[in-house]
Amino acid sequence: MKGQSGDIIRPLVPQRRASASIKGNLILSIISVLGYTGAVVLFLVLAFVAYHGVGVLSWDFITKNPTDAMTAGGILPAILGSALLTFICMVVVLPIGIMTAVFLTEYSKPGTVLKLVNMSIYTLAGVPSVVYGLFGLAVFVIVFKCGMSLIAGSLTLAIMVLPYIISTSEEAIKAVPQSFREASLAIGATKLHTIIKVVLPLSLPGILTGAMIGTAKVSGETAPIMFTAAAFFTSGLPRSLFEPVMALPYHIYVLATAGTNIEKTRPIQYGTALTLIVLVLGMNLVGIIIRSRERRKKAW
Amino acid sequence: MKLHWRKQEELTENVLKIVGLLSVVVLLMIAFFLFKEAFNIFYKIGAFKLISGTQWYPTADTPSFGMLPLIMGTISTTMLTALFAIPLGLATAVYIAEIASHRIKEFLKPIIEMLASFPSVVFGFFGMVIIAPILTTWLSPLLSDKLPTLIRGTGIPFLSTVVADLCYDKLFIASGLNMFTASIMLTAKSIPVIASIAEDSIASVPRTFREASYSIGATKWDTIRHVVIPSSLSGISVAIILGFATIVGETMIVLMAAGGAAIIPNWIFDAVRPMPAAIAAEMAEAPYRSLHYHALFGVGALLFVFNFILSLISDFVSKRFRKVKLGEKL
Repeated sequence: MKGQSGDIIRPLVPQRRASASIKGNLILSIISVLGYTGAVVLFLVLAFVAYHGVGVLSWDFITKNPTDAMTAGGILPAILGSALLTFICMVVVLPIGIMTAVFLTEYSKPGTVLKLVNMSIYTLAGVPSVVYGLFGLAVFVIVFKCGMSLIAGSLTLAIMVLPYIISTSEEAIKAVPQSFREASLAIGATKLHTIIKVVLPLSLPGILTGAMIGTAKVSGETAPIMFTAAAFFTSGLPRSLFEPVMALPYHIYVLATAGTNIEKTRPIQYGTALTLIVLVLGMNLVGIIIRSRERRKKAW
Repeated sequence: MKLHWRKQEELTENVLKIVGLLSVVVLLMIAFFLFKEAFNIFYKIGAFKLISGTQWYPTADTPSFGMLPLIMGTISTTMLTALFAIPLGLATAVYIAEIASHRIKEFLKPIIEMLASFPSVVFGFFGMVIIAPILTTWLSPLLSDKLPTLIRGTGIPFLSTVVADLCYDKLFIASGLNMFTASIMLTAKSIPVIASIAEDSIASVPRTFREASYSIGATKWDTIRHVVIPSSLSGISVAIILGFATIVGETMIVLMAAGGAAIIPNWIFDAVRPMPAAIAAEMAEAPYRSLHYHALFGVGALLFVFNFILSLISDFVSKRFRKVKLGEKL
């Protein structure tokens, strides 16, 4: 005979056999091991590229033009091209992205317009990067007659990264407590003043984090600039916005897949890949550090 | 002259409204230009013939634009990748959210984030120069030569004949640049997408749910399986859908590592040319406003429509996810 309380609880807590708990622990350990896959892959790729690339990296490699039909020399034009593409892209996208985020968080009222804007941002975030490239080709290169150029590539990248900048800025602005706004409004500040003096300064670290990681993403993209900006070879800096540029990711792609010297340029490919990785992961890291510092400082 | 503050407010609001609507305009423009440039090919050849045609020879003397090989390339590569990426992505999410200690979490989350913005051209490059040679020089002899010999040696009926022949036949890897190589690198690219979204939704399951489960004697795995995962199911679904969207749209990896043959694949070691790879590889050579140019925009339009549908589905599912989150207040 079992006790009454036992009868009530029994259906809820079946007697566990030891094997069941062992099975559970086994599954947990498998999940734990699989959980590191991403980290392991990142480490492996980094290690291989660093192993082959670190011997190539030198001051000359990052400050000299390519020579001997791209089989020797440095990658300076590609570094500068990537820097310019990314810089112009961010100059264009940051104001638009932050203003959109302010609009969404501070000014919009729930309704059709807000739904439409949110839906568009959500959809834009899912558009494949090569489709942005097609769009850039059809609009900036052809309709706006920019040709394959720095400006066409930058604008294409700007459109691509816009949803990311909007959503990270929006999150940063939303994290500012409502009471701060109310305090500002209560002492007679206008809404605009409140946003400029209270909301934006407090959300700046979050916005910066998004901007840094966005910059990292943009500088590693190849597909959107393939038909809008990237050139196989230019010497030095472009003289105007309407000239094609070299770019690090495109340089890797071209050297690794096209031409007759694929094997001969392998060291340059590794060196370029390592340069790109260091830049991208470095910017990522800066963004992550800004965020974690700010998190520790926040008292609310 | 300084504007009156009311005027200033009004002006700001209007400017912000216009900027805010910009993303709607951009989306409409993307759709408009894609379909405008793609219209020609759909009009000339016919949507059905275009999508079901099995011959993609855009530069032949009598060019033929059957997109089925490209579509099948995308579908099969995506399915193979999903097979790896979904379990690995979800395991990562569960590990970070439920099992890992605080310190490991602080270490693993930034790494996953870095993996997400890792340049895909480097993944493609890695697939080309590391994975592909490993497959052809090491894995292929091992699986299609040593393994069948070993199995034949056992003399077990069926196993030593049929299975050995099958190994010999199917595990021979002619070229390292194939669907399988691309899938491995695509997995690396999509793990962070799946893991970060799923982790968010798992972490948002209220702690009280778990405590209730533990208090009636459930083990950790029981709690994860019967409480945590069911209550974050819609978030996990969103993670999987967006993972699919990432895989379908990823260009550089399939361009560099998938082999590039526009043939309907029969097996995982066949070379394929998924849709983004076709666009990226051929656009530079397609003369402006040629049929080929329009056909590539057609492929782009298909990709856009496909990802648009995935966005709609995930938006719909995530609305339900928000309802689940409301449970916190109960």
